[in-house]
Amino acid sequence: MNIIVCIKQVPETTEVKINPETNTLIREGVKSIVNPFDAYAIEEGVRLKEKFGGKATVITMGPPQAEAVLREAISVGIDEGILLSDRAFAGSDTWATSYALSAAIKKIGAFDLIVCGKQASDGDTAQVGPGISAHLDVPQVTYVKKIEEVNPALSTMESGNTERKGGVKDKFMRVERMTEEGYEIIEVSLPALITVVKEINTPRLPSLKGMMRAKQAKIIHWKASDIEAESNCVGLTGSPTQVVRIFTPPPRVGGRIFKGETQEIVEKLAEVLRKGVL
Amino acid sequence: MDYLLSDEQKMIQELARKVAEEKIKPVAAKYDQSEEFPWDIMEILAKADLFAIFVPQEYGGTGGGILDLCIATEELSRACGGIAVCYAASALGTFPIILFGNEEQKKKYLPDLASGRKIASFGITEPEAGSDASAIKTTAKKEGDYYVLNGLKHFITNGGDAETYTVIVMTDKTKGPRGASAFIVEKGTPGFTFGKKEEKLGIRASSTRELIFTDCKIPKENLLSKEGMGFIVTMKTFNMSRPGVAAQALGIAQGALDVAVKYAKERQQFGKSISSFQGIQWMLADMATQIEAGRALVYSCAREIDAGSKDVGKDSAMAKMFASDVAMKVTTDAVQILGGYGYMKDYPAEKYMRDAKITQIYEGTNQIQRNIIALQLIKETAKQG
Amino acid sequence: MPIQIIIEKCTGCSLCVKACPFDAIRIMDKKAVIDLNKCNLCGACLPSCKFKAILLEKPEVVTGAKPDLKAHKGVWVFAEQKKGKVQPVVYELLGKARELAASLRAEVAAVLLGEHLEEEIQELIWRGADKVYVVEKRELANFQDEPYTNILVELIKKYKPEIVLCGATSIGRSLISRVAVKLRVGLTADCTGLDIDPQRKILLQTRPAFGGNIMATIISPNYRPQMATVRHKVFPETVSDIKRRGKIIRENFDGPFLVSRSKLLDIIEEIESTVNLAEADIIVSGGRGMNGPENFKILEGLAKVLGAAVGASRAAVDSGWIPYSHQVGQTGRTVSPKIYIACGISGQIQHLVGMQSSKIIVAINKDPDAPIFKVATYGIVADLFQIIPALTKKFKESLKK
Repeated sequence: MNIIVCIKQVPETTEVKINPETNTLIREGVKSIVNPFDAYAIEEGVRLKEKFGGKATVITMGPPQAEAVLREAISVGIDEGILLSDRAFAGSDTWATSYALSAAIKKIGAFDLIVCGKQASDGDTAQVGPGISAHLDVPQVTYVKKIEEVNPALSTMESGNTERKGGVKDKFMRVERMTEEGYEIIEVSLPALITVVKEINTPRLPSLKGMMRAKQAKIIHWKASDIEAESNCVGLTGSPTQVVRIFTPPPRVGGRIFKGETQEIVEKLAEVLRKGVL
Repeated sequence: MDYLLSDEQKMIQELARKVAEEKIKPVAAKYDQSEEFPWDIMEILAKADLFAIFVPQEYGGTGGGILDLCIATEELSRACGGIAVCYAASALGTFPIILFGNEEQKKKYLPDLASGRKIASFGITEPEAGSDASAIKTTAKKEGDYYVLNGLKHFITNGGDAETYTVIVMTDKTKGPRGASAFIVEKGTPGFTFGKKEEKLGIRASSTRELIFTDCKIPKENLLSKEGMGFIVTMKTFNMSRPGVAAQALGIAQGALDVAVKYAKERQQFGKSISSFQGIQWMLADMATQIEAGRALVYSCAREIDAGSKDVGKDSAMAKMFASDVAMKVTTDAVQILGGYGYMKDYPAEKYMRDAKITQIYEGTNQIQRNIIALQLIKETAKQG
Repeated sequence: MPIQIIIEKCTGCSLCVKACPFDAIRIMDKKAVIDLNKCNLCGACLPSCKFKAILLEKPEVVTGAKPDLKAHKGVWVFAEQKKGKVQPVVYELLGKARELAASLRAEVAAVLLGEHLEEEIQELIWRGADKVYVVEKRELANFQDEPYTNILVELIKKYKPEIVLCGATSIGRSLISRVAVKLRVGLTADCTGLDIDPQRKILLQTRPAFGGNIMATIISPNYRPQMATVRHKVFPETVSDIKRRGKIIRENFDGPFLVSRSKLLDIIEEIESTVNLAEADIIVSGGRGMNGPENFKILEGLAKVLGAAVGASRAAVDSGWIPYSHQVGQTGRTVSPKIYIACGISGQIQHLVGMQSSKIIVAINKDPDAPIFKVATYGIVADLFQIIPALTKKFKESLKK
C-alpha cells in the first residue's frame, strides 16, 4: 500500500498562557510539537504499512523547523519525509494549504490512502483534510475511529493495473466513523482520504534505531515551483479568507469566593443554584 | 550540570525519560504492590531498542558503551528502581558473554538479548557465599561432552523470569579461587529449576529467586572462556556493571529529590510554603549537590571504561559505593521533607527509600567496595614508595 | 515585502514579540526583526505597537478571474437532517441568518436534502426561512459526502447566495469543507460571532484560536459565497411562527450527482441513559480532584437530584474514570449550560474553552490558586467530598417539601 500522512507542527498549547497584566500570549519557551491528532495518523499509517507492505510517506507544509516533526514520524516507522516550505506559502488559509498539499501529493504520484489527523490544535478548523480530498477528487471519511478491513487487492505498487479479475473486488476499505450518537460503518473505495480521531490507536514510542534513522534521514524539500503551484493559489494571494483583526477576548472575570464551614457554603450555593435555574 | 553528552547519548536519555514518564511512572505503584514481573514494560523497552544499547553492533546491538547504559538506567530508575533493575540485571547477565564468549556463543545468545526477546541473569551468590564469593559450593563435573551441575544459588535477580543465565560454579575444589568456572545455562534445561520468589522490602517489581541445579546436564560448549576463569569473569563483569548499579541509585535519588521539591513548593504551613524555610532549603541543597557529585563520579568512571581503561576496579567501586550511600541519604531526607505524608504508601516518597537500600548491598556490599578501594589504594602507594 | 518594521519608529519595546502567536518576532540590536519564515501575516502585532512601527499590506484584489460579487444575494442555511429530523443547530442558524439578511436586505433560504421531508420543510419556514430549496431522493436519506457535496455545489452555483451557514457538526464540517474547496471560496469554522460590516456589506466571522486564547475576525471579501460553520448552542434558537409564509423550490438531481464512492453500511447508536451533555441546562463536572472512578458516583447523585448531566475534564477521561462521551473541553464537547459546576477541576485553558460560555460557573476546588477561580462566578475553596454530598442532601430535602 502507498500511504501518505499529512501532518503539522504546532505550538504546545498546554503551555501557552496569558500574561495577566498585558493580556497577551506568553510565548517564551513554548515548545513545538507534532499536532496531537496527527500522532494518531502517523501511527495508523505505520500500522497499515506493516500489515500490507509498501511505503508510508509523511508530508508537512511549514517553516524550515517543521523538519523536526517529519523526523519524529520517521523515528516511529515512516519511510520518507517531505517538507513543503517556501515564503510563497506564508499567510495560507485552509484553502491554500490544502491546495499546496494536494499539488505536492500529485507530484508524489499514485497512492492508496491519505491519512490526516482530525484537526490541528492551533487552528482547530478540521478543514484541511476534507480540502485535500476535494482538490484531489477522492472520496473521504472523516472521524475514523477504527479501520475494520482493507482490501488493497490491486495495489498501486503494481503499475496501474486496475482491471477487475473475476470475483476480485475493487480496492476498498471498511471503517467505523465516529458520530455524536455513536458510530457508522462505511465502506469507501480506494484511493481515499481519512481523518482520524484518538480512539483509533495508541501511538507507539520511537525506538533508538528509529531515532538514529530519523537523524540521518534526508528530508525532501519542495518549494512552490517544485510542486508547480500556481502563484494565485498559494499564500496570502491564494487565500479566500483573510484575518482582519486579532484580539484577546475580554477575560471572563472571576466572581466571589466562598470559604468557611461546609453547611454555610452549601446554603449559599443552594441559593445560587435555585436562582440560576428557576 | 552539562555532562557534554553526545547526540546519541542525548537521544537515549530523551527516549528513556519518555518511557519512564509515560509508561513506567503510571504503573510503578501497582507493580510495587503486586510484585509481578513487569513483562509489558520489558516489551516496551525492547521495542524502544534499549536492550540493544549494551550489545555490539555485529550481534544486533547499537554498540553503545557503559555511559549509554548508565544514562538509560538512571532515567528508568527515576520512575521505578524495581522495574529499572530488571533491565539493568539483564545487562549484568549479558556482559560475561560479551566479554568472554567465543564467536559461537555470542552469535547464539546476544541477538536475542539485544532485541529483548530474551532476558539475562547473573548467578553467583549462595546461602553460604555472599561477600565471600570464594565459598561457593555449587559444582560442575565434566562428564564426556557435558558438565553436570549440582547446587543452589539464591537471591538471584531476574531468577525464574530470565531465559539466559550466567552462573559461577566450582569445577575444581582443589584449586581454591582458581577452581571456579562460568557457564551459560538456559531456562528449561532439565535439572534446572527455580525456588521460591523472595518477598522484599524494596525493588519489589524485580524477581528474586533461587536457582536449583539437580544433576543438570549442560553441553560443554556452554563453558565461558576456560575452566578456572570463573572469578576473573565475575570481577571483570562487576567492574563493568558497577556503574550501572550506581546509575540506578542516582536515578532513585533523583526521583526522590523531584518528589521532595515539588511537595515542598505545594505544602503550606505557618502561612507559607515550606520551601521558603531555610531548614528545608538547606536539606534540598545538600541532596541536590550530593546527587550531582555522585553523577559526576559515575559518568567519569563510565567514560573511563568506554575509553578502554583496564584498571577500573577502584573507580567503579567508588562510584557504586558513593552513589548508593547518597541514594540512601537523599531518599531518607525526602521522606523527612514529606513529613507524615512521607510515611504513607499513598505518597511516592517511601517507595524510593525502600528501593534505595538494596543499592548499598548488592553487587558487592559497600563494605566490600571499601575493601576494594583501600586495597587498591595501598597497592598503588606501595608501588610508588 | 508584505510586512515590515519601520526601523526609525521602532523602540525595541518588544510588545509585538509578546503579541505574536507564531513566535515570529525577535529583538536584535534593540530593533524588532520579523522572521518571514514564521510570520503568518495575521496582523496580531499591529495593534500591540504603540509607535505604529509595523506596516502590513494585505492584497485587496486577487489576480485571476474575479467572480461577479454583486450577482450573489441571500443568506443560506444548510438544514442538516438526521433520520429525517432537522437538527436543532439549524434553528439557531436561522435566527442569525435573519439578522444578517436584515442588514443586507436579502432573503433567508434553507437547503434541505433527504427523504420524506414535508413537516421539516414547513418547520423551516416557520422558523425563519423565506425559501426552502429541497432535494428529495431515496439516495439522499442519509448523509453521504459525495452526493451531498455535488448537489450543494450545484445549487450554490445556480442560485448564487452571498452567505452560506452550516452547523459545525461532524456532518457539517466534513461536508462544507469539501464544498468550499470545490467552489474556491473561503470558509471559517466554529464561528462564535457573525456580523455584517456596515460599509463593505461583507460577513465578519469571529472565531477563537490557540485554544481560545485569542479571537480572530476573518473576512472573505473577494469570493462568494462567504461560508461559515457555527457550533451548537452558540446562538439562540428561533421560535416557531406558524404565521410565516415561504416559498418551496424543489430541485431534482440524477445520475452522476448521486454517485458515491462510499457506502453507509450501518448506523450504531450508543445510547446514554443519562441526560444529554450538549442539551443540559445544568452540568456537574468532575476532574482530577475526583481521585478515582468510584467517586463519580457522588457527582451522579447530585446530577440526578438537579436533573443535570455529568461532565468530565480530560484528566478524568484519560485516567479511565469516565467515558470520553462526557469529556468537556477543547478535545471534547463544547457546552454552554445555565449552570456549570466544576468539581476538582483545575481550570486549564483546554477545559475552559469547552465551558466558559456557561452562564454561571461554580467551581469547587481545594487549591485556592486553581486557575478555574479566575473564571468562576462563584468559587468555593473547600473539599468537594464534603460539599457535594451535603449539597445533594440539601436539594433532596427541599424537593421533598
